[in-house]
Amino acid sequence: MRPFDYQRATSFDDVSAGQIIAGGTNLLDLMKIQVMTPDTLVDITRLEGLSEIQAEGEGLRIGALVTNSALANDARVRAGWPLLSRAILAGASAQIRNKATTGGNLLQRTRCPYFYDTSQACNKRTPGEGCAAQGGAGRMLALFGTSEHCLAAHPSDMAVALTALEAAVEIRSADGETRQVPMHEFYRGPGDRPDIENGLGKGDLITAVILPSPHAGARQTYRKVRDRASYAFALVSVAGSVAMEGDTITQVSLAYGSVAPHPWMDHDVVQLLQGETASNALFERAADALVPDSAPHPDTDYKRNLLRRTFIATMRQLTGPGDTAGTDIARTQG
Amino acid sequence: MKTTLTVNGRSHEVDHDTRRTLLDTLRDDLDLPGTKKGCDHGQCGACTVLVNGQRVNSCLCLTAMHDGDEVTTIEGIGSPERLSALQKAFVEKDGYQCGYCTPGQIMSATAMLKEMRDGAPSYVSDDLDAAELSDAEMAERMSGNLCRCSAYPLIREAIAMAAEVEK
Ligand SMILES: Cc1cc2nc3c(=O)[nH]c(=O)nc-3n(C[C@H](O)[C@H](O)[C@H](O)COP(=O)(O)OP(=O)(O)OC[C@H]3O[C@@H](n4cnc5c(N)ncnc54)[C@H](O)[C@@H]3O)c2cc1C
Ligand code: SF4
Ligand code: FES
Ligand code: FES
Repeated sequence: MRPFDYQRATSFDDVSAGQIIAGGTNLLDLMKIQVMTPDTLVDITRLEGLSEIQAEGEGLRIGALVTNSALANDARVRAGWPLLSRAILAGASAQIRNKATTGGNLLQRTRCPYFYDTSQACNKRTPGEGCAAQGGAGRMLALFGTSEHCLAAHPSDMAVALTALEAAVEIRSADGETRQVPMHEFYRGPGDRPDIENGLGKGDLITAVILPSPHAGARQTYRKVRDRASYAFALVSVAGSVAMEGDTITQVSLAYGSVAPHPWMDHDVVQLLQGETASNALFERAADALVPDSAPHPDTDYKRNLLRRTFIATMRQLTGPGDTAGTDIARTQG
Repeated sequence: MKTTLTVNGRSHEVDHDTRRTLLDTLRDDLDLPGTKKGCDHGQCGACTVLVNGQRVNSCLCLTAMHDGDEVTTIEGIGSPERLSALQKAFVEKDGYQCGYCTPGQIMSATAMLKEMRDGAPSYVSDDLDAAELSDAEMAERMSGNLCRCSAYPLIREAIAMAAEVEK
């Protein structure tokens, strides 16, 4: 690690003095290999009012410092937003989830191996340097939303769930103003500046995530496919919430993970499913609409078929009688 | 800079560089080498300790961020004369080969059994509100602790044995 100054924030005014550290599980990892080299770390973990999960209307306000474990275990989340519990529990290990925070999880960096290797060119690490993944090994890279400057995927499981659940990120800027940004607008694509991953400005602090009420009676699940059964990043994941009347899909919300620089959504697929009778033929048609004709890197070509199958399996799980292990019904408080 | 930690019930003030991790503080400054360094990147679990009762990877903790915190290491849960139920079970069931991952396994399992008692779910729990300590649950909940010797079946047997004893 490069030397750095350490400051402990005691008020919101202290936050803009340097690089924020919360759980540290991503930042310290990257600092150890000098991919990130901040001069000053600002420890926000002692700031007050950021560690609570509070009821807000029919939804929840999740403080930015709420740990991944506390969020997944929360009785209200388990009952009303079980897909969020499942997505968080699908990520990392119990030890890491005990430290990782809601804000930090959203801002974790990509797992593209060249981003981690300072001897390789990477536009995300050093803009303009080039992209070693192109022509290199790339089975963790994205399918959608890439640019010629970067093909990397976002690795967070929690962010995929929050996108499907139509959450919003609450951000406090250095001048004390607070704004809310919907999850589907929070991240930006790589364009010609893959180092800029979201709309946060200097001194901006994520203060909370706002979770709206779940669709009552909807079935929810998070399906994650990876190289080993646990403690591995997703190759593909699907977060889904589906409400039915009889055989008819009345409401559907879906987000896809590890296939784009941010949780991916596809409104055409939702349009195709909404109001229709659930059937394999319908899911096949929706999969045709979802899956791209080609992959941006030859090593991610396999993800096309994997996404197709994971999507169809998720839809069957959420609409059918068959295998419903890991499916939860959203129970809202009366 | 200076940080005060309570480790295994004893208070210590350590003088350290800002870059010091909790793992290095424990091993090198406080002479508690039971906690092991495997990967130093959060990938293996050998460095698992309890901070304020929760299991964490001490290699991903900055000492500076833990001022006032309570840390428990493998040295703090038992002694050769008075082994904890898990320590005893690991010996009994031969839950190791080289033993390098073992302190981390035992610290992790110590916290895991408490999480079970508190009703915490896991990714493999069919019902998020009712998890039982099956083999699949144990494998999932202990997946943050790798064992290069692959003693996993015996590690799970040891944990199951300790869970019975604690009932
Ligand atoms: C071995 C390993 C396996 C993992 N597996 C998975 C997995 O399978 N799935 C998955 O989703 N994740 C996985 N992770 C990643 C893990 O989820 C993240 O490291 C964690 O969520 C980051 O949270 P943190 O609080 O520790 O962030 P930090 O490391 O503290 O911070 C991350 C970034 O966010 C910024 N930041 C933090 N909080 C705020 C805030 N409130 N406002 C503004 N900026 C902020 C920091 O400046 C930094 O840039 C894994 C990590 C490891 C080490
Ligand atoms: S794909 Fe993106 S993160 Fe990976 S090497 Fe290229 S620029 Fe860097
Ligand atoms: S040494 Fe900390 S997880 Fe490997
Ligand atoms: S016993 Fe050798 S690494 Fe686990």
